Amino acid sequence: MRAAAGASGATRAVADAETRPGDTVPEELTGWGRTAPTTARVAAPSVVADAARFVAESGARGIITRGLGRSYGDAAQNAGGLVLRLGALDQIGPVDPGTGLVTCGAGVSLDQLLREVLPRGWFVPVTPGTRQVSLGGAVAADVHGKNHHRDGSLSAHVASLTLIDGRGAVRTLTPSDDLFWSVPGGMGLTGVVVEVTLRLIRVESSLMRVDTTRTASLDETMAVLEESDRTSRYTVAWVDCLARGSATGRGVVTSGDHATSDEAGEATRPAFGRRTLPAPPWAPSGALNPVTVGLFNEAYYRSAPRATRRSLDTVGSFFHPLDVVDGWNRIYGARGFVQHQFAVEDPECVRRVVGMLSQRRAPTFLCVLKRFGPAGRGPLSFPSGGWTLAVDLPVSDSLGGLLDDLDAEVLASGGRVYLAKDSRLRPESLERMYPRLDEWRSLRDELDPEHVFQSDLSRRLNL
Amino acid sequence: MINALGAPQSVLVLGATSDIARATVELMASAGRLQRVILAGRSGEGLDAEVERVRRLGVPVVVSHDFEARDRAAHPQVVADAFATGEVDVVLISFGVLPDEDRVRADPLAAAEVVDINYTAVVTTLLASANHLRAQGHGVIVVLSSAAAVRGRASNAVYGSTKAGVDALASGLGDALRATGVSVVVVRPGFVRTRMTAGLRPAPLAVTPRDVAEAIVKNLTGGSRTVWVPAAMAWVMGALAVMPRTLFRRLPI
Repeated sequence: MRAAAGASGATRAVADAETRPGDTVPEELTGWGRTAPTTARVAAPSVVADAARFVAESGARGIITRGLGRSYGDAAQNAGGLVLRLGALDQIGPVDPGTGLVTCGAGVSLDQLLREVLPRGWFVPVTPGTRQVSLGGAVAADVHGKNHHRDGSLSAHVASLTLIDGRGAVRTLTPSDDLFWSVPGGMGLTGVVVEVTLRLIRVESSLMRVDTTRTASLDETMAVLEESDRTSRYTVAWVDCLARGSATGRGVVTSGDHATSDEAGEATRPAFGRRTLPAPPWAPSGALNPVTVGLFNEAYYRSAPRATRRSLDTVGSFFHPLDVVDGWNRIYGARGFVQHQFAVEDPECVRRVVGMLSQRRAPTFLCVLKRFGPAGRGPLSFPSGGWTLAVDLPVSDSLGGLLDDLDAEVLASGGRVYLAKDSRLRPESLERMYPRLDEWRSLRDELDPEHVFQSDLSRRLNL
Repeated sequence: MINALGAPQSVLVLGATSDIARATVELMASAGRLQRVILAGRSGEGLDAEVERVRRLGVPVVVSHDFEARDRAAHPQVVADAFATGEVDVVLISFGVLPDEDRVRADPLAAAEVVDINYTAVVTTLLASANHLRAQGHGVIVVLSSAAAVRGRASNAVYGSTKAGVDALASGLGDALRATGVSVVVVRPGFVRTRMTAGLRPAPLAVTPRDVAEAIVKNLTGGSRTVWVPAAMAWVMGALAVMPRTLFRRLPI
């Protein structure tokens, strides 16, 4: 293997056993949407001191941390610079039985953490739609889950975190420090998270008690969501964006909570359900079009019960349905896909956007609506009170125009898009969507005065 | 950066006043992401007017740079200056001349000058750009080749030979840059109705600069590749390329 510390090696190389600590390997990287590849030198230090050394010696093109690559766009890429992978920081500490506090390396995935703690009656306070995210990445994106209306985003449950700052110094921050709040939503641009202390919650079983309700229109979908927010800890709605006319915005609302030990009974089931299946290694671009997606949506909608039905589900099938297929992002073909997720207070904005998607026949089988509780403290944290809608769309020649129109709608209503999903926003739109951007910038200047933390996202958005 | 949908934020154009370059910059600007355009071309009114025009398209930073294709010693610096002031997402190499075949065949030194402009200057600017883009870890070089590159013809042997050189260099370099984040897009238009071809009888499948621009903008995200404009030209030239020579030389092309 060619060691390529000087960026001279242009061969595609993969880290293997021969790689010594301190080596970097050139690698072409994309986000989960598989768009806009760029090449960086990738380092995988095994201890915090080595990671700090990479930060201190990162050079003109800077450095960014990459977790498990689940950001959809360019947040964890750094063209021509350094990318840190921290999978080696995978220690999971003991759970404090009184407080539920657990200290983990930033490279621990939610999957690893849940497999460790769920059998002993603990659960993560917030989980996004996949378990395959690193804890460091989850904090940097300030991920939210189906319980945002009740519990807020992940940063609300972080008791402290350890960060390598822009000078390569290791510091520990707690929520009482202003600097702490530059991290959630900061997409790794204020430091390398190396350790997180998280407050877990107690659960009586590894099963979920789930209510599934089919709705006939967007109004009903939104009404059922609001109603179930009052009764359930976890709620979300799948929306059929291809349905037309009075059926526009029909959907399936699922709400649930952790089953008590009585409800779970004697049932012993694997907590995460089936073994994962591989996605096909290749799919033609355009396989997902209004016709095929329309058929899927129709089938999915009809498979949901007409009247509300209660069931016991596994954690895996309730929280992370897409984790069943390994590498499902490949089904969008070579051109890849974009997820557009926005948060807005005004329900009318949601209605207009769903109407636009339906009218313009946007082929999306993954369109998810949920309610957000009040915003957290991070200046760049995404969730803010009201509604959030996320849509996956395959790249096509007309997609740029459609998404710009969605942005305009969101901007006009005072909403914002989620940077962990973004791959095409305009820099000037970002400034308007995140009015506390300057506050974040001054916190960043304190932690990273030379701006050594850089990513393709930070370049694209002039962060 | 080039975004997920292939819209660049910064472009260096070498041969900025060519009709194809003008159409391409205009189309790129319409995606609303262009922040910086460096227009390299021969100084003069034409270049100044182009700077003004691109500003009016809504691009905040438009810079012009004197570029003379025959002054090859200056080429590395022209490219370096563009990269010294920021990212460059796309390098568009769009200069060239279409000589009168009879004239250059009668004057070998005039033919060599065509080679300097159409081929040697592409070698210098293409290689210089590739080096900068590799250090940057991303970017696309778009090189204007021609359908004439595919097979030498009696009616444009000199021009065709320069484009054959450009095509071979750009295609090979594009493959050599695999997995560096940098790609080379080789564009092979047929007959394009431009100032360069004014007065010539349009060949079948003639296209406009706008058609070429659309093909370029559509192909910025697919990695190194060869793009025919129009796409049907691939089949026509494919057939011509394998035609026995005794037959080929009798064709009125």
